[in-house]
Amino acid sequence: MMRIPFAAAVGLTFTALYFLAAIFAPLLAPYGMAEVVGDVWEPSSAEHWLGTDNIGRDLLTRLIYGGRTTIFIATAATVLSFTTGAILGFLAAVLGGWADQVMSRAVDLLMSIPTLIFALVVLSVMPVTVPMLILVMGLLDSTRVYRLARAVAVDINVMDFVEAARLRGEGRGWVIFREILPNALSPLVAEMGMRFIFMVLFVSTLSFLGLGVQPPSADWGGIVKENKDGIVYGIPAALLPAVAIATLAISVNLVADWVLNRTTSLKGGRG
Amino acid sequence: MSDALLDVRDLKIGATVYPPGEPPREIEIVHGVSFTLEKGKVLGLIGESGAGKSTIGLAAMGYGRGGVELTGGEVWVNGRDILKGGLKGLRKLRGAEVTYVAQSAAAAFNPAKKLMEQVTEAAIHHNRFSKSEAEARAVALFAKLGLPDPETFGNRYPHQVSGGQLQRAMTALALCPQPDLVVFDEPTTALDVTTQIDVLAAIKDAIRDTGVAALYITHDLAVVAQVSDDIMVLRNGDKVEYGPTDQIINAPQEEYTRALVSVRSIEHEEKQPTPEPVLRVSGITARYKGTDFDVLHDVSVDLHPGQTLAVVGESGSGKSTLARVITGLLPPRAGEIEFAGRTLSPALEGRAREDLRELQMIYQMADVAMNPRQTVGTIIGRPLEFYFGLKGAEKRKRVKELLDEIEMGDGFIDRYPAELSGGQKQRVCIARALAAKPRMIICDEVTSALDPLVADGILKLLLDLQKIEGVAYLFITHDLATVRAIADSIAVMYRGKVVRYGPKSQVLSPPFDDYTDLLLSSVPEMKLGWLEEVIAHRKMESAGH
Repeated sequence: MMRIPFAAAVGLTFTALYFLAAIFAPLLAPYGMAEVVGDVWEPSSAEHWLGTDNIGRDLLTRLIYGGRTTIFIATAATVLSFTTGAILGFLAAVLGGWADQVMSRAVDLLMSIPTLIFALVVLSVMPVTVPMLILVMGLLDSTRVYRLARAVAVDINVMDFVEAARLRGEGRGWVIFREILPNALSPLVAEMGMRFIFMVLFVSTLSFLGLGVQPPSADWGGIVKENKDGIVYGIPAALLPAVAIATLAISVNLVADWVLNRTTSLKGGRG
Repeated sequence: MSDALLDVRDLKIGATVYPPGEPPREIEIVHGVSFTLEKGKVLGLIGESGAGKSTIGLAAMGYGRGGVELTGGEVWVNGRDILKGGLKGLRKLRGAEVTYVAQSAAAAFNPAKKLMEQVTEAAIHHNRFSKSEAEARAVALFAKLGLPDPETFGNRYPHQVSGGQLQRAMTALALCPQPDLVVFDEPTTALDVTTQIDVLAAIKDAIRDTGVAALYITHDLAVVAQVSDDIMVLRNGDKVEYGPTDQIINAPQEEYTRALVSVRSIEHEEKQPTPEPVLRVSGITARYKGTDFDVLHDVSVDLHPGQTLAVVGESGSGKSTLARVITGLLPPRAGEIEFAGRTLSPALEGRAREDLRELQMIYQMADVAMNPRQTVGTIIGRPLEFYFGLKGAEKRKRVKELLDEIEMGDGFIDRYPAELSGGQKQRVCIARALAAKPRMIICDEVTSALDPLVADGILKLLLDLQKIEGVAYLFITHDLATVRAIADSIAVMYRGKVVRYGPKSQVLSPPFDDYTDLLLSSVPEMKLGWLEEVIAHRKMESAGH
């Protein structure tokens, strides 16, 4: 019934491929995750389609497992950042006054510290585990979602239908979840695609710096770090995760664009 | 070739629409309209929203607004088909031979530039006049349009003059390059009636004195009757009737034109006040947070059960603020509100659910008064669920009853607001208010965003519902014709004070205070020569004083 534009179809296909690969990694990967199966930096062959890495593990296997970790952490952190950011942002808009001031200035304070530095400081004193990574990334990123959600909600909050709900005597929960949220969804969904990709980059950066996912677990940033010395000798192993990140980023954004267009057209416009 | 200044032949205009969930589609919004306009004449284009009147007006400059395209026909100006001249030809035409006066002067002026610079810009740009000549012309036009201190008026910025003055400044802007044709697009619609009459008189004089031809676009037949020589009635992109003003007003041929002429002819018998008012507002004084002046001073009015109190005033008179105080959105600094025998808590938070239920509100803009993501069924059903705990089939049944009451039928129950027309949206808002079984509804300018015929339907519906449900209305409006149609008692507000208050028959009969007299005499009447009469009357009065 619904026609999917070409760009969105491409985006959907690749996004689905990445997520399926992440979910079924143990079934898809030809070798064990940390299994040493060949020589150092073997070129691609029939046994090792993408060659091997710096200690002789199958690179395709590492990429599939790496994608699993990266995508899982990024997804979980995005969900966390959106729930906290959106709910707090809406709450600030609905409450207004000093509550809004306190929350917004606290967020300003957090945002004034460069995210990466902040994360490095926190992670260097805390134990680096996957839940901790998700928590730190999600909470740091929720400041940005908070700003967007608050800005959108402030606009919606002054509409007559919200006033009508208030005059009816509705509680804050109804106002936030039934009146504001459905109307704030499209900018938030579009932002979600962007934020997910930033999460992928963020966790990769942390791993590259050694404060993210810990070896022997694979993740895309870690693979770059392990193989970066090969670049000098013309070994492309470190570039493959970059290609993976780039294609995922583009396809997720194609999907987000399409969702944005579709949801806004419900209101009669395409803006 | 033609002798006429403007000759529009079989004009067809198309636009691209984006229906929800479907691919974009081309539709035709003006279906072959033809007319001619001679030098020095004024043609009034009249119709409801969507009639294509603004689109046709802009086509006289070869312009199609946002996604609109001139798909067929010819537009001849001064003996040239302007649609064939290309962009270069159009650039020479616009702002020189044909100029435009927009509805909202406040949005049309650049706030960062002085008025003089903007008024003379087109004339200088097109090399029609030198800078000093253009400025001299502008000063002369300012004087002609009755603007204060014409010599120095141009040195002000747009925000330093009033809305009515800005609208006149835009007329000066349009006339400055000495054009052959001016397109007036609803130039007085956004103004208060007392301001409208001055602007209208100024525009009319300026048109007469400069001998320019004009297209005058409006939805108000009474207004266009004052300024135009001919009138063309449009509906849904088709010509309905086209003839001299006298004939259109006094002897309309078509059914639709007759309906437009006889609009606002609802008869309403005034009811006697009861001993126990449902709402008693006493001594309300209120101001907005962070300001240091009172928007309302000592306002006291009563509303009786099953009756209508109309609160009339111009923008800034405090009538909407009064509604905010009554609903509890703006707690007053002094005064008391008694509702159904109880004293209401000044702030919304302190009010009981029963108080909230019995005091409902309908808004001016039905579009934003309904959540665009909720269906009609949810919108009307929520008060039923919230106040009476109705659920499922029971709720749906009651929603259908309400839809019947507002004459819409239950086919609308699963539709979204975006799929409704303006009048239907307002009806759904009425149903939502009724669902709470209120004693009283505040109607804040509920008909002013609607076309006259649709507004008439809403007013009739409100009166019928009042008879059935016995609900009282506090009706806020700036439109005296509406007041005459529905009110039992009237409060006239001016600068935050009630200047006149009483039963309708008493308020609307002499002797008048100065403000009420000004307000009443400023409402355009559907007859030729009304404008001249009023202006002459006012001149006589001021000479007599």
